[in-house]
Amino acid sequence: MASFLFRTIQSHSFLLCPTTLLRRNNGAFYCSMKSTHTQTATQEKQQPPPKIKSSPQGNQAKTRTLDRISKEYEAIIGIETHVQLSTLTKAFCTCPYNYGAQPNTSVCPICMGLPGALPVVNSKVVEFAVKLGLALNCKLSFNSKFDRKQYFYPDLPKGYQISQFDIPIATGGYLDVDLPVEYGGGHRRFGITRVHMEEDAGKLLHADDGEYSQEITFPIIYALQVDLNRAGVPLLEIVSEPDMRTGLEAAEYAAELQRLVRYLGVSNGNMQEGSLRCDVNVSIRPVGQSKFGTKVEIKNLNSFSSINRAIDFEIARQALLYSQGKADQIVQETRLWEEGSQKTVTMRKKEGLADYRYFPEPDLPEVILNKEYVDSIQSSLPELPEMKRRRYEEMGLSMQDVLFLANDINVARFFDATIEKGADVKLAANWIMGDIAAYMKNEKLTINEIKLSAAELAELIASIKGATISGKIGKEILFELMAKGGTVKGIIIEKDLVQIVDPSEIEKMVDKVLSENPKQLEQYRGGKTKLQGFFAGQVMKISKGKANPGLLNKILLEKLNAKS
Amino acid sequence: MLSTLHHPPRRLSRFFPANNKPRHFHTKPVLSSSQPVTDQSPSSTSPPESQILSIRHSLLSREVTATQLAETYLSRLKLAEPQLKSFIHVSNNVLKEAQSIDDKIKRNENVGPLAGVLVGVKDNICTVDMPSTAGSRVLENYRPPFDATAVKKVKEFDGIVVGKTNLDEFGMGSTTESSSFQVTANPWDISRVPGGSSGGSAAAVSARQCVVSLGSDTGGSVRQPASFCGVVGLKPTYGRVSRYGLIAYASSLDVIGCFGSSVADTGILLSAISGHDRLDATSSKQVRVLQISVSQEVPDFTSQLISAALLESKPLKGLKVGVIRETLENGVDSGVKSTVLGAVSHLEELGCTLSEVSLPSFSLGLPAYYILASSESSSNLSRYDGVRYGNQAAAEDLNALYGDSRAKGFGSEVKMRILMGTYALSAGYYDAYYKRAQQVRTLIQKSFKTALDENDILISPAAPSAAYKIGEKKNDPLAMYSGDIMTVNVNLAGLPALVLPCGFVEGGPIGLPVGLQMIGAAFDEGKLLKVGHIFEQTLQGCRFVPPLIADGIPQ
Repeated sequence: MASFLFRTIQSHSFLLCPTTLLRRNNGAFYCSMKSTHTQTATQEKQQPPPKIKSSPQGNQAKTRTLDRISKEYEAIIGIETHVQLSTLTKAFCTCPYNYGAQPNTSVCPICMGLPGALPVVNSKVVEFAVKLGLALNCKLSFNSKFDRKQYFYPDLPKGYQISQFDIPIATGGYLDVDLPVEYGGGHRRFGITRVHMEEDAGKLLHADDGEYSQEITFPIIYALQVDLNRAGVPLLEIVSEPDMRTGLEAAEYAAELQRLVRYLGVSNGNMQEGSLRCDVNVSIRPVGQSKFGTKVEIKNLNSFSSINRAIDFEIARQALLYSQGKADQIVQETRLWEEGSQKTVTMRKKEGLADYRYFPEPDLPEVILNKEYVDSIQSSLPELPEMKRRRYEEMGLSMQDVLFLANDINVARFFDATIEKGADVKLAANWIMGDIAAYMKNEKLTINEIKLSAAELAELIASIKGATISGKIGKEILFELMAKGGTVKGIIIEKDLVQIVDPSEIEKMVDKVLSENPKQLEQYRGGKTKLQGFFAGQVMKISKGKANPGLLNKILLEKLNAKS
Repeated sequence: MLSTLHHPPRRLSRFFPANNKPRHFHTKPVLSSSQPVTDQSPSSTSPPESQILSIRHSLLSREVTATQLAETYLSRLKLAEPQLKSFIHVSNNVLKEAQSIDDKIKRNENVGPLAGVLVGVKDNICTVDMPSTAGSRVLENYRPPFDATAVKKVKEFDGIVVGKTNLDEFGMGSTTESSSFQVTANPWDISRVPGGSSGGSAAAVSARQCVVSLGSDTGGSVRQPASFCGVVGLKPTYGRVSRYGLIAYASSLDVIGCFGSSVADTGILLSAISGHDRLDATSSKQVRVLQISVSQEVPDFTSQLISAALLESKPLKGLKVGVIRETLENGVDSGVKSTVLGAVSHLEELGCTLSEVSLPSFSLGLPAYYILASSESSSNLSRYDGVRYGNQAAAEDLNALYGDSRAKGFGSEVKMRILMGTYALSAGYYDAYYKRAQQVRTLIQKSFKTALDENDILISPAAPSAAYKIGEKKNDPLAMYSGDIMTVNVNLAGLPALVLPCGFVEGGPIGLPVGLQMIGAAFDEGKLLKVGHIFEQTLQGCRFVPPLIADGIPQ
């Protein structure tokens, strides 16, 4: 942790040594303040949440409750997602951003909002926004602009956030999602309202080093610290249409968005680091009613499963209130998902009253796109998850396989490279989803980190198919390749693993085994035919696993039954 | 070098020629018999020469050292300062920097075009080794970690920043009275305001406390004080000079401008600080249209400037000058009006073709300006929350910290504008105020465009009156705001404008200077400077050296 300069009243020590300000490891500046935030958290004690039968301990009960709810009520779910862009530098200055860096080590006059400093747009931000806009099938605004969104908060150095208001860079698109087979599967298309560019705020830190989310309020007197490393980091905000109906759909939408930004290379999409943050809006209404219910926003969703569970909890909570005739107790508010207790709690009320006094950012020129630029980005887009899935489907793979392979861009690339080398599609899929996936999981490696190349996997598959090696030997070679690298051919030669396909050679081995086990042979011929496996195993053993299993069994059976 | 001639300037009745040649001008020039006869003695009214060029000449010919020069200026600065209070901070490094220039000259090294030139810098322009307060308590003792681009360029050209000049807090004001620290006096009459908001920069150049100075102009803050203090003030085209390091008041209107005691000096300073800056996205990439080069060993500015001897040949023959009708109507002081009309006659004598131009949207400029500038300032000043820098109030909670830091840090004029701007941007009012003002702005831009398509330059007074008394308009903000009528439209249109002294009205011990405003098309500063220079070099009968230095302070 950097050494913090606690700032109390009337101190300007950090400004008195201006030349040391930039990039100093201990250039932290803090306002130590006793703070009672206005957006005070409502304690659960004050307003107990309705007791809902679908507590996390009873999954079956929960499912039943949800089933009943879904018959009577319809949930309307929309998601606002903030994606942190993986540009080399921040949105409006040349500071790099590295997650986890020492506080206030990646700051400059611009992202600290010092007097006289001006923002200049990082053109990569626009490029990434256009990429994502196109990938989300949006209409692009060829003439958009930045606006200032104004509010006071200690993590917002300028007192306003540079964002886009009435003319976002992209609008009116959609995202195609395939639901998991184990939940019944199905294809969904969710509308995208808009995509806009903005900058991130800094982070408030607790004095004792514990990280403080910007959303958490602080009713008790705390000494707060501000880390501005994240201030000015580029974000894309993606607002969905309220098209989702269940927690699962919402989670799958978020997962697809993560997949998309990773495919595009615009973000690492990491939810734990906050590179992908989802706020969901949930309202319910009785089935058949056209008027929307009161919507509730849920924050602090750090995983897809928490999105899923938080929404289902919230739907149940609201449905219960409805069914008890207390629909008026559903108020417009922001609720926090508490992972520990698996429920949502009130964070702040009276949303919607904030007046951000948006107006066009006068320090930045308009964002003008031209057709050539957009076309060049369009033509450089990679194959996107949806396209990949449809292609895999056409190759004859099952939806389960399709979803697995297309889930991770690197796995998909590996698979594509393998089949490009001529490997059988189904076999390649099986190897990747089976032994390779298991190995990656055990060793905690990504597919790019294992030493096996796609070309060698294709070679391995071909060697088995061409009967050069047995499947069993193939598996051994696979693990060798994953752990140590090398080539299939090299290992086969090195370890003398070529399959024995010469019938006379196998016959000799069979004869040897039969002659060495007269007792078992007698038993077999006496009717205990199960012993065939024993003989096969013995032959395989002396062949060191290299005997072609088909030939072996054929010859063995002939021999076993010959003299009976 | 500076002249110590003691000559009282006179009214310029000579500008109303006896011959009644036809004019395209609606106001009949009034011959005022009450005005004193102008002193025609050429020796007493020799035109202002470029201080920068003569300093350069003196240094390179070893007549004088930069240190000697700096000492002269510093002693004059210190002598005048108790009365004027132009500076908030005077640099401790002036002599050291002058010495390093002397060393360079001694070693026969090249020195930059501003070598030995003492430059005053308005205190809302960031300087790395000096406080930069914008005239506000909220930034008291604040020292930025970087130089504004304009300051950086001045230093790169070997200019010496002599100190930080006083201003209305954050540039909000027209008198320099709303500085949190001190009230600057006008060198022509210390009971009067120097104008504002760049009053310190204007007064300092007028009193020869420095050679040239940087100011900023959001609604007239360079031009009006130039007029009040009898110096040349240039507001460049928006985007000509980088705003990086200029503490923002209204970002879409703010420009850094220049003061000098001659048009040449003002032009040389402009060419030093202008140019695209990758740190300011609104700075123009347009190639330098200015024909003044400072990159060369000797600025070639003089080559395009024409000496007074050429007056006879009508050096501005064919130049189309439009006189803005709305700027000479009601509300303009009669002395100012007749002085400006005198200047018009002078331009005519120089060969200009004069016509009257009407800008129907002119009067809309003032309300539009105050809405837009206040709106932007309410946002730009949000960062002064006491959290990261500047003065922080002792507070029990976050809201009190914000509230008290800002309540104590900002002066009343600033608070008023933040409130107005916050109101104008509020939900439900945005369309009626901000959006409407932007529409007016577009109208004004169009009407200027039309007028400048038909004319080379437009002229008007720089202000409706000469300098008024300190305290006179302090409690009447509307009267003070209306004084900006001549200048705000130019900011809304983003155009360049040059103000130069053209005569005097009665007031103070020896009269008060009056400024003429010349407005050009975008990026046409070169033309303004050329016309201004010819005007200044051929203007006879007045010398714009204030009594404060003309009378007593030795050179």
